[in-house]
Amino acid sequence: MNEINQEDAHRTIERVARESYGRLVAYLSVHTHDVASAEDALSNALVSALKHWPQEGVPKNPEAWLLTAARHSLIDVIRHERVVLNSEPTLKFLTESPTEATFSTSTQFPDERLKLLFVCAHPAIDPAMHTPLMLQTVLGLDAARISQAFLIAPKTMGQRLFRAKTKIRGGGIPFEIPQERDLAERLEAVLEAIYAAFGLGWDDMAGTDQRGRDLAEEAMWLARVLLQLVPGEPEAQGLLALMLYCEARRVARRDANGRYVPLSEQNPNQWSLSLIEEAERHLAEAFKQGRVGRFQLEAAVQSVHAERARSGRTDWAAIALFYEQLLRISTALGTRAGYAAAVAETKGLEAGIAALESIDPEAVSHYQPYWAVRAHLLQRLGKIREAAEAYDRAIGLSEDPAVREFLLQKRG
Amino acid sequence: MQFALMIYHTPEEFDMRKNDYSDPHLGAWRAYYKALVAAGIYVSANALEVPETGTTLRVKEGKRRVQDGPYADTKEQLAGFIILELPSVDAALEWAARCPGASLGAVEVRPLAPEAMRRGFTGE
Repeated sequence: MNEINQEDAHRTIERVARESYGRLVAYLSVHTHDVASAEDALSNALVSALKHWPQEGVPKNPEAWLLTAARHSLIDVIRHERVVLNSEPTLKFLTESPTEATFSTSTQFPDERLKLLFVCAHPAIDPAMHTPLMLQTVLGLDAARISQAFLIAPKTMGQRLFRAKTKIRGGGIPFEIPQERDLAERLEAVLEAIYAAFGLGWDDMAGTDQRGRDLAEEAMWLARVLLQLVPGEPEAQGLLALMLYCEARRVARRDANGRYVPLSEQNPNQWSLSLIEEAERHLAEAFKQGRVGRFQLEAAVQSVHAERARSGRTDWAAIALFYEQLLRISTALGTRAGYAAAVAETKGLEAGIAALESIDPEAVSHYQPYWAVRAHLLQRLGKIREAAEAYDRAIGLSEDPAVREFLLQKRG
Repeated sequence: MQFALMIYHTPEEFDMRKNDYSDPHLGAWRAYYKALVAAGIYVSANALEVPETGTTLRVKEGKRRVQDGPYADTKEQLAGFIILELPSVDAALEWAARCPGASLGAVEVRPLAPEAMRRGFTGE
């Protein structure tokens, strides 16, 4: 061990916690089937690292050190609570505590995060909790931070996470890769949860979900982790491409005064070409697999928008075609509103409005993007009074003050 | 289940009330009200006059103690409230987030006391 100063030790702990949190929680909980106690054990290990590393130096393999410390903490908890261990493998796993030497830096312990991701998005767990569980168990975000993004009181989020973890422990949810016949569906749930973290409602013409934005980085991190675990899986790659395309436009979405700029008015010179190129590479690889899915198609729509950086125009016919394919897979409101906007550009404003009106009015009564698209199309048709009504609905449903201001100005 | 959205304004936001009808900020409030009504969740709402018009009273040992101004001496002051009929606190928070008051001042969401407790007050 090297003599190092306190600051270095703290930085190392932060970095290891960030990079290894999910790997350690996954590895521990795959054996104990108890995510909550794995997290507690790991946080005890991190506290212990804060005490030891500044004095004794950072160990050669910090991950292995943390794992050993976490195991000891788990054993202590079990002794203290006199929990009856009915599972022989759990006992064996805990008491076979290997020394640090067991893990050299080259032979890492197995990466079990894929199993953990499948547990977080298991059908027996409330779908609303899939994303919060992933953010906490794989990335180590605390309940307060997660609750900010989900607009839930921190205490409530803490309780819901606790309940979900109790269910994981007691509900017989298996820590395993689903069987072939369930795999596609189960993977879809994992992808959905990651995308939810990125922030739904990315339809640029309509509005933004400000809350989701805070977690964009975390969502992309999760998508990259997932792609490492299932290399070449086209939908996982499509999801990463989709997020990269959207991320490439982040700066262009606000002007110098912080005002909202819709996609059609964005200056493509402000888009990040390196992110677009990375997205392009992932999407091309995904399409090569010949298994088209929702995320690849949504990414394809964004790739057409990105093309404007090179060609100076938007190929709406291509966008409409991708949406037609999307509609065969999903009738989500976002897809239907996006399709209507594309129809308006290719077949005329009236056709676009007709496409909007084919959506169930009950379903869109709270859906901001629908009203924003509708207002925009009606205004261009010269139906000023109807447009103003639709603008009012969109404004009233907006959460982001910048979007609200933008729509108020358009409304006139 | 009914929830109160209690809206707290900064002094700047109270000042905006003096603006004329075409002010975009007031337009945002009108649009928000329309969205509440269209969603079928609106029960009632009221705005309060500016805090300086308030008078706070206590009766201590039989004597009235009157203080000029609002109860609490804070920068953000209660400006009004909206009562909504909603299934859960999650839904109430969703609607509070859309409230124009939330992006300038603050909105407190609190459930109304259950009917049984209200009967304890009214005796009806």
